[in-house]
Amino acid sequence: MPTAPGPAAAPGAPADVRERHVYEPTSSRLTTDRHYWRELWERRHFALELSRAEMDATHSNTAFGRLWLLLNPVLTASVYFLLVVIIGGGRKGPDYFVHLLGALFAFHLLQGAMTAGSQTIVGGGKLVLNTSFPLLLLPLSAMRTAVSKFLPTLIIFFAFFSYFALFAPKSDANTLHFSVVQLMAIPAFGLLVVFTAGMTLLMATAQVYFRDVSNFLPYVTRMWMYLSPVLYFAWQMKPWMLKFEIFNPIFAILAVWGETLVRGDFGLPSWWLMAVAWAFGTFAIGLVVFRAKEREFPVRL
Amino acid sequence: MTDATTPAAEPAIVVSDLHVSYRTTMERRPTLRKAIVRLGRHERTVRTVDALKGLSFEVPRGSVLGVIGRNGAGKSTLMRTMAGILPPTKGRVEVVGRTSTLLSLGVGFNKDLSGRENIVLGALAAGLTRAEIDERYDDIAAFADIGEFIDMPIRSYSAGMTSRLAFSVAVHQNPDILLIDEALSTGDAAFKERANAKMKEMVAQASTMVLISHALASVRTLCDECIWLDHGELVMHGPPDDVIRAYVHKLKVTESAVVMEDL
Ligand SMILES: Nc1ncnc2c1ncn2[C@@H]1O[C@H](COP(=O)(O)OP(=O)(O)OP(=O)(O)O)[C@@H](O)[C@H]1O
Ligand SMILES: [Mg+2]
Repeated sequence: MPTAPGPAAAPGAPADVRERHVYEPTSSRLTTDRHYWRELWERRHFALELSRAEMDATHSNTAFGRLWLLLNPVLTASVYFLLVVIIGGGRKGPDYFVHLLGALFAFHLLQGAMTAGSQTIVGGGKLVLNTSFPLLLLPLSAMRTAVSKFLPTLIIFFAFFSYFALFAPKSDANTLHFSVVQLMAIPAFGLLVVFTAGMTLLMATAQVYFRDVSNFLPYVTRMWMYLSPVLYFAWQMKPWMLKFEIFNPIFAILAVWGETLVRGDFGLPSWWLMAVAWAFGTFAIGLVVFRAKEREFPVRL
Repeated sequence: MTDATTPAAEPAIVVSDLHVSYRTTMERRPTLRKAIVRLGRHERTVRTVDALKGLSFEVPRGSVLGVIGRNGAGKSTLMRTMAGILPPTKGRVEVVGRTSTLLSLGVGFNKDLSGRENIVLGALAAGLTRAEIDERYDDIAAFADIGEFIDMPIRSYSAGMTSRLAFSVAVHQNPDILLIDEALSTGDAAFKERANAKMKEMVAQASTMVLISHALASVRTLCDECIWLDHGELVMHGPPDDVIRAYVHKLKVTESAVVMEDL
């Protein structure tokens, strides 16, 4: 990427915009490059348009395709409901089911973004080789797609939530109610997005160097899900297990997401601290790693 | 150097002592599994390919530089470095102006998207605004002239149709500097003629151009200057006629070179 941006003082040049680029082997290619961020901002529409075009191409431009964005989360939820509640045979009620929906959809956002993100650089072949642009736009576009696919799932979530909170009889197993604290789910979701963006950048980079990362990904993410408070509540965990969850990056994020959204409870302050640290820490690492390796990507494709 | 333009013209591209190396793995497909298996054995699997070894030259504003050389000489590598896609390993490249690249692979990076979407995405990635694209879209489509295929996935295009699209997108960005890498090799005669006319028109507007081609005749007619690369080194830099004559002469005397050219 150019290191000395800005309009050159070209004496007697015509009125058109002149840009001067100097390409050198620089070692300082970390996040300080202002020109890079300017270009990224100027070309943000590319990321949006790419995400939109890809979503249209895969499913959303037919009536059924759009329906699928809603149907897919319903089916997923049904499978888990069948598995855990009916076959598992616990006395688990609406509280549990709604928690499961919220956590599952949040986790799928992460999973989907990581899977799609791993393909962005490797799959962007020709564009990466032939156009000079901030490659960060490619994983960001995958992020945007993942978030767009997540939003319809909230409709499903709130449909169930409203039914149980407003119409279903209250019991020990149904304590669901609307509350102002649920608004805290918005910052919790923000943390989830920041964390997911960091993971997406890491996967995009890793796939360039190890082309089988995307093969391992489904197994790794599934295992990760079982170790996280998705199929159970964070507060249900045994104390000794909770100690280890400090090292599970997604634990605190899912915990505050679930507590606020489902239970209308603020959750523990320490969870919020952990969630903020993991989200921004992961994002920072992802960004630094991606930017440090970005110039090498075209050489490695 | 020849005096292609006015002597006062500031060079549009200055390449000084440019080295570019690729770092490539010996493995056909680098995988995590292999990396883990290799851990215990301390094998080195990274190989360095020195594609460019100390090039220096300038391209004056408004002139057309031809680049010729055998397959693997480093022409595309040079182009990608001038476009800011590949980082130099050593040395530096200075470019004044907005560049537009047209490399042999062309647009059409996403085969599932239509020609229309690829035009818009390619142009957005290259830095055009939506307004600029809306304004130029019809011209781009008309110049490419591929009929209703514009709304079909790129997957269904012939090689020539893809390169028409790529060329059309590149020339309609109103670049100060246009980099073309063998883009016309697959176009048909009619399109080549139109493309040549368009390139002449752009040169007349004082656009700077670098043209890589194995079609020596078009290098001869379009270029003001020519460089000949071989194994990443600059063999000759001068008027196209002289450089092409020397290049052809070399091809004839070295039999292996002729064989290389056929590959
Ligand atoms: N991605 C890559 N990884 C490793 N080596 C590469 C890569 N791309 C090119 N090379 C090597 O760099 C050298 C120059 O290649 P380049 O593509 O620049 O040649 P070229 O002059 O454009 O050839 P052609 O006329 O066939 O297009 C060659 O030796 C080639 O093997
Ligand atoms: Mg080439």
